[in-house]
Amino acid sequence: MTKPENTSPAVEAAGPIFDYEMMIQEDKVHQRLYTEPGIFREELTRIFGAVWVYLAHESQVPEKDDFVTSRMGLRPLIIVRDSQGDIRALYNRCTHRGSTICRQSSGSAKSFQCPYHGWSYFNSGKLSGVPWPEGYACDFSDAKYNLAQVPRVASYRGFIFGTLNLDAPSLGDYLGPVREPIDDWLDRHPGGKVKFSSANRLKYMGNWKLAYDNSADGYHVLFSHRSLLAMENRHNEDEQKGMSFYRGSPDGAPMYVKYYPNGHHFKDKRPNIENRPGALWEIEGTFPGMEHYEALFRERYGVNADRALDLASSEPVNINVFPNLHILGNHVQVTQPISYNETDTTWYGTAVVDDDGELSGAVDDINTIRMRTQEAFPNFGEVDDLANFEQIQAGLAAEEDEWVYMHRGLGIKDRITEEDGVFTAPATDEVFMREYMKVYKRLMTTTPNIAITREV
Amino acid sequence: MQTVDGSIHTPHYIDDEYYQKLVSDFSGWRRADREVTDPVFRDSCRRFLDLEARFLDEGRLEDWLKLYAPNCVYWVPSSAEGGDPRKEVSISFDDRRRLEDRIFRLSTGAAWSQRPTSRTVRLISNIEVYATDQLEIVMVRSNFQTTEFRAGETRLWSGRYNHRLRDVGNEYEILVKQVNLINYDQNLRNPSIIL
Repeated sequence: MTKPENTSPAVEAAGPIFDYEMMIQEDKVHQRLYTEPGIFREELTRIFGAVWVYLAHESQVPEKDDFVTSRMGLRPLIIVRDSQGDIRALYNRCTHRGSTICRQSSGSAKSFQCPYHGWSYFNSGKLSGVPWPEGYACDFSDAKYNLAQVPRVASYRGFIFGTLNLDAPSLGDYLGPVREPIDDWLDRHPGGKVKFSSANRLKYMGNWKLAYDNSADGYHVLFSHRSLLAMENRHNEDEQKGMSFYRGSPDGAPMYVKYYPNGHHFKDKRPNIENRPGALWEIEGTFPGMEHYEALFRERYGVNADRALDLASSEPVNINVFPNLHILGNHVQVTQPISYNETDTTWYGTAVVDDDGELSGAVDDINTIRMRTQEAFPNFGEVDDLANFEQIQAGLAAEEDEWVYMHRGLGIKDRITEEDGVFTAPATDEVFMREYMKVYKRLMTTTPNIAITREV
Repeated sequence: MQTVDGSIHTPHYIDDEYYQKLVSDFSGWRRADREVTDPVFRDSCRRFLDLEARFLDEGRLEDWLKLYAPNCVYWVPSSAEGGDPRKEVSISFDDRRRLEDRIFRLSTGAAWSQRPTSRTVRLISNIEVYATDQLEIVMVRSNFQTTEFRAGETRLWSGRYNHRLRDVGNEYEILVKQVNLINYDQNLRNPSIIL
């Protein structure tokens, strides 16, 4: 690769024009963070250009020449495993006139040709040729004609991230202790991995941060998901299904919320459940084929049936990696900002892979029912959250009523513990919002050292 | 809206055999030599689809569900023309119980994605009817366009329905309704109405 190429200073704003010091306070943030297009524009550089952004999963590009399109903020990217086997994040932007060169969401290609004037690129990003080169006086071996690329791309156990910021820490340091719940989540599967399936793709007309505010929020569950909880428990008298442990006094339950450095957060509901095979399955809500498959599993897999059924059941965790990756239940949810008030939220289903035959043939049966268990929340839970996000966006149009409060738990003695920058609090605490907003404020008031690279 | 009668009588019919048959029933059925061109028969299918659309438009969800067989499936695939639901998450894949759950949830008054409730108008057209290996079962392909008005906004849902219908004497019952949205692979805003 060439030396990183810094972007032109003329493009980069000299400094923040918004007063983030005023807008982000200890107990509250200003409504403008959600409603101001200019702030969104700054986030595209200061957040989505400055930190490690989740781009794709390695199971989406398993073979050489496989690609999937993605975005970093609004930048269109092609995530490709090139012909040498290296994973790259190419800018999906012809160096000639700027058109996107790849318009398929996924596939396999050794090269990409721009549909507009036919410039072609190898999947390493290098220009392979232009039509009628004799009409040019320039030297096309100059690296500037090769596709721009994200200069730093790295994977953590299958999750591919990239950053434009040359001064960002390593991916491992950026993730820090949030790797522990990610490891746990992966390690419950054979081989410590999953593969992506198809997705439940949703959209809401609201700011992307509304999703990030929500993803470790234990305070909304009983209210926003009231209809889902009622539905999940309509057939059983003890009402133990799904997220029922939020009933009564959720802050007294063993579950907790954790905040990790760099904006990541984690809601861990596992302590509510006994740590034994079959315990997860017991709280799984009903789904098509449930009773049949349980009987079948017990017959086919005997003593291993409980483990197999647990693998089809939703893992009760919400692991949130700032700014756009969420591991929720068995889903990998990716938040994609479209504008200050439009956001796509894509819930990738995940499937179990069993390369070493650890599950003695149960893997296909597990995945068959795991597909069904994963359809419940997007259909009956997420739609209500998204309706509420849209109504927050609508409510925030009341400009003079400036503040959004996130002070639940603040100032209460012995409620929140802190060690090495990791905060732990009862499940409905908003400490994770207050802390990630501090990181957000630091990022929004810092000019990142942004660069792109090109192949030579 | 009233809740559905809480009782569930149907056995749990979604099993390996069901999935295999579903995937096979929904592949290669649209054969020119099997198209039913008899206008009277085709019109009886059209009228049945119109009735289903009317129940949905009028929010009569219990009446709507009565059009379905005890061992029915309502299937909105996330891939073109269906794929294999054992390997893919669907936009929706409801058996009878999950359909009852869906209707129950909408009746709680706390399904915020349907507060206020959507008003819909469904147009169904381009109906084609195909015979199957079983005399009493037909496949009906149609185009649909559903206009949804909710909370001050009007939106469109478009696609193709594939109904697998069983003739039960004077009427039909729906064995499977497959809803193929034209934008099945895109991010959908508030997909909380029954399509």
